[in-house]
Amino acid sequence: METTKLPPSSPSSPTTSFSVPSAEKVDGFPRRSMRRARQRRSHSSSQFRYQSSQVELTPLPLLKDAPVAELHDLFCKKLQQCCVLFDFLDCVADLKGKEIKRAALNELVESVATSRGVLIEPLYPEAIKMISVNIFRTLPPSENPEFDPEEDEPTLEASWPHLQLVYEFFLRFLESPDFQPSMAKRYVDQKFVLQLLELFDSEDPREREYLKTILHRVYGKLLGLRAYIRKQINNIFLRFIYETEHFNGVAELLEILGSIINGFALPLKAEHKQFLVRVLIPLHTAKSLSIFHAQLAYCVVQFMEKDATVTEYIIRGLLKYWPKTCTQKEVMFLGEIEEILDVIEPSQFIRVQEPLFKQIAACISSPHFQVAERALYFWNNEYILSLIEENCQVILPLVFATLYRVSKEHWNQTIVSLIYNVLKTFMEMNSKLFDDLTASYKVEKQKLKKKLVADGVQGHLHLSSSVMHIKSKSSQAKVCYNLNDINQKVFCFPSKHKHYSKHF
Amino acid sequence: DSCSVVNRGFVCVCKSRFVFCFLQQRRRAGPAAAALWQKPRSAAQQRHSVTATESKMAGADGDDSLYPIAVLIDELRNEDVQLRLNSIKKLSTIALALGVERTRTELLPFLTDTIYDEDEVLLALAEQLGNFTMLVGGPEYVHCLLPPLESLATVEETVVRDKAVESLRKISQEHSPVDLEVHFEPLVKRLASGDWFTSRTSACGLFSVCYPRVSSTVKAEIRQHFRTLCSDDTPMVRRAAASKLGEFAKVLELDYVKSDIISLFTALASDEQDSVRLLAVEACVSIATLLPQEDLETLVMPTLRQAAEDKSWRVRYMVADKFSELQKAVGPEITKNDLVPAFQNLLKDCEAEVRAAAANKVKEFCENLPEDNREQIIMTHILPCVKELVSDTNQHVKSALASVIMGLSTILGKDNTIEHLLPLFLAQLKDECPEVRLNIISNLDCVNEVIGIRQLSQSLLPAIVELAEDAKWRVRLAIIEYMPLLAGQLGVEFFDEKLNTLCMAWLIDHVYAIREAATCNLMKLVEKFGAEWAQNTIVPKVLGMANDPNYLHRMTTLFCINALSEACGQEITTKQMLPVVLKMSNDQVANVRFNVAKSLQKIGPVLDSNALQTEVKPVLEKLASDTDMDVKYFAQEAISGECLSSSTIVDKLNT
Repeated sequence: METTKLPPSSPSSPTTSFSVPSAEKVDGFPRRSMRRARQRRSHSSSQFRYQSSQVELTPLPLLKDAPVAELHDLFCKKLQQCCVLFDFLDCVADLKGKEIKRAALNELVESVATSRGVLIEPLYPEAIKMISVNIFRTLPPSENPEFDPEEDEPTLEASWPHLQLVYEFFLRFLESPDFQPSMAKRYVDQKFVLQLLELFDSEDPREREYLKTILHRVYGKLLGLRAYIRKQINNIFLRFIYETEHFNGVAELLEILGSIINGFALPLKAEHKQFLVRVLIPLHTAKSLSIFHAQLAYCVVQFMEKDATVTEYIIRGLLKYWPKTCTQKEVMFLGEIEEILDVIEPSQFIRVQEPLFKQIAACISSPHFQVAERALYFWNNEYILSLIEENCQVILPLVFATLYRVSKEHWNQTIVSLIYNVLKTFMEMNSKLFDDLTASYKVEKQKLKKKLVADGVQGHLHLSSSVMHIKSKSSQAKVCYNLNDINQKVFCFPSKHKHYSKHF
Repeated sequence: DSCSVVNRGFVCVCKSRFVFCFLQQRRRAGPAAAALWQKPRSAAQQRHSVTATESKMAGADGDDSLYPIAVLIDELRNEDVQLRLNSIKKLSTIALALGVERTRTELLPFLTDTIYDEDEVLLALAEQLGNFTMLVGGPEYVHCLLPPLESLATVEETVVRDKAVESLRKISQEHSPVDLEVHFEPLVKRLASGDWFTSRTSACGLFSVCYPRVSSTVKAEIRQHFRTLCSDDTPMVRRAAASKLGEFAKVLELDYVKSDIISLFTALASDEQDSVRLLAVEACVSIATLLPQEDLETLVMPTLRQAAEDKSWRVRYMVADKFSELQKAVGPEITKNDLVPAFQNLLKDCEAEVRAAAANKVKEFCENLPEDNREQIIMTHILPCVKELVSDTNQHVKSALASVIMGLSTILGKDNTIEHLLPLFLAQLKDECPEVRLNIISNLDCVNEVIGIRQLSQSLLPAIVELAEDAKWRVRLAIIEYMPLLAGQLGVEFFDEKLNTLCMAWLIDHVYAIREAATCNLMKLVEKFGAEWAQNTIVPKVLGMANDPNYLHRMTTLFCINALSEACGQEITTKQMLPVVLKMSNDQVANVRFNVAKSLQKIGPVLDSNALQTEVKPVLEKLASDTDMDVKYFAQEAISGECLSSSTIVDKLNT
């Protein structure tokens, strides 16, 4: 049954009590965090309940005092001792046992880290068993179903005092000079790795940090598992994108992938390109993008640096998933675009410049000044500026009307002055083109004014109105022109299914 | 008139059967193809001559008639997503205008090609196509709809894919058995063996709709495909298969259920991912329903027992959540032997989520126990667990229990309720969590039927008083809503003695929502206890507040009068309430004055025409010339409203 509440002095309770007063003030209603503080729930209990009877631990002799002949036997006994699990919710329960296990774990960590010749083959299954028993558990339900990783304090793992040492041991085990991948692979198998990956959903950032390093080592040392690890990460991401929209360890997994991508051989395999197009790019649609955007952008840029031909897919993909309402995300997208443009090859730039600069123009005219500002900062980047200059004939006509209009209309003074700078830059780049565009812009504007005056509201064509206006011949004619104009410019993003599959 | 020439040409082109060729080519080629606009036009013009007759015939009924359609078609490829979406939503109009043949030969191929649009457009398209059978020429041609839907069923976005599958399931019913084998089943097979997981997940939803109507060889193939997908490499596909397992089992012959489905069920229920295992629990209900009782023990129960003890709380939660269905599916014998201990374990689970889900099922589970030893099972096995849950550490568990526990009294009868349940109710009425207390109070009627509410009244009262004064206004609001119910069950005496003061205190709560609810509560009480009771207990207090120094309280008097006048009737309204309202028209605060105007309009229908003319009208006229704009406005509103109502009264008197 449930154990008692943690006293306020326990190590994990302060984190939960911070948010209470502020939340209380807002509307007089406690958020879940409040209830959480009042009733601590069992944490490691899911794991704990399977231990039918509690074993009494008795301290073993110290490893360092053991004669060499008995060292391995003692090591093994300590590993077995560490398989006993304790209830950390009841912080006063079996303190003696907890201390014995903690000391044993500490000794094991130290022994693996410092002394050579400890890791012999019979110890592998015992070590892996001890690790599995301790770390593999069904993660408990989140105490806060609306957990927002940016706002809320994470729930910390209650059994961390032991768990940390187990992770530490695992890490030292993998990093030990005595570590033999050929022996380990029998025990660190696919099933093991799958369970390890599931743990990345832990809400406790300390645990995820350990997992990240450990998975990285496993990927580095156990070559046979690499493809499997990549595939399972794929599955986790796809589940995150299309099914649950919830997974705490996306950033950590992306960080590992960043270094994995770095090591891809050229030419890129179809599998890797598929991963880019079908997993990494769609990850940009996630609601919680801000938590892992830096790592994601890093992965994307890594891909580009590996193989420039993926540039077009990346940029067209980002444009397809461009945020429509969330300006915070729009700023992130612009940041990523700048990172991409920083390393883009001029030949690739030409392939995407048209749709890209249409989007940039749209951002410049955003009423949210941070979006407009972020887009205009592109002109401060020397490399981007050189690309723009080379393709001025194409880019200037795309953005000119927007720049001109926004410079007259934007509410924010900073934006207006940034735009003036950009216009000035363009004028210096190609004054002839600039003058032509200014002239034609003014003529167009005059025309439009006249047209609007002449036609009244009919100038705006919409489906419903067009149906109502069918009797009016003159309006029909205009409709034709307008639609043709638009159609000339129709741009469509190539099918992610057809187009990509053709090329990969 | 060059404009109209262009226009005619345009309409003509749209009418030609080649219009979709342009659309297709330009979409496919993207921006670079913009220049191609001219080329296909001339090509089309050449070919156009071939179909000149058709064009002329179409032209005969007037160019204008198809114009809106031309616009719709054109907007299918507009740059603006919203316009494309609008157009897709009117797809049936386009198809109707084009006729069945051209819909089949031109529109559908074009749509099949559009598949790489925005997900929102695709969703609308997937939905539309499900209703397209008649528009392509009826069941005979329904298979024409398969290619675009097949593409949609492979899209990444889940909602689009699900909608496409839904439409495919719908049109599968319109296929003849032959067409089903020739066109539909091959599509299912293609999807089932697709490269990317999306098509395979979609396939899972289609097996059950075609299985019953195909030949036995094809049936064997379908079973094989389903088997393959159940052990797919991708967990997404296994989840899709697991979620359709029950549905598929229902259409299979019993022998195959035993041979095929059971092994798949067992495998999925012990999958390495808990998200797959929990879906198998859902399937368990359907499978158990299909099997004869004697097979359940060997075929289903080992898996179910294992699920109830699963190491993942999600799976155990699912078992708890589906417990009533499972109980019905396995029948009384197994329930007695297996489910009772399993249910006990779930009620004692270490995760609060699981306990709460199980607590929610307590009443239903007990109700459905075999009658012969229901009472004994509840008393010896279930009740001890329930007792523990009453003092659970988690409030969600307690409040889940509180919402159903009262239902046990009807099952256990009067004596057991008094002896065993009453202490639990009383404990929950004193619970620290208001939600628990509210849940008990809101279900009082169940107990009332069995033992009468008097048994509880001693504990009920402090609980109600405490809730009534809770610091959270939402809690106060919730308890107010139960007041009329409580008043009805406790009777007028008890109410006057204990609860009346509470009801009046709410009228001066500092939260408007509470005052408003309190007003409404008074009205319901008067409806229950009658006008005389109101005159004696409520009206004097309400009217007394008209002299309160706080204008908000004075306004509350007006709101109460608005609510009570009808229930109290003409006499009380005219003699007691009206003078107070009229007096308040001189209030210093404009808000009070315009509420006087509003009140007068509101109580007008209750008053007789004499009072209206002699007393109300002069006051309203005075208010209509008030210095405050809002007072004037509402007074004028009231006068025009009043005239209407008074004239109808006059009319009534005349007739």
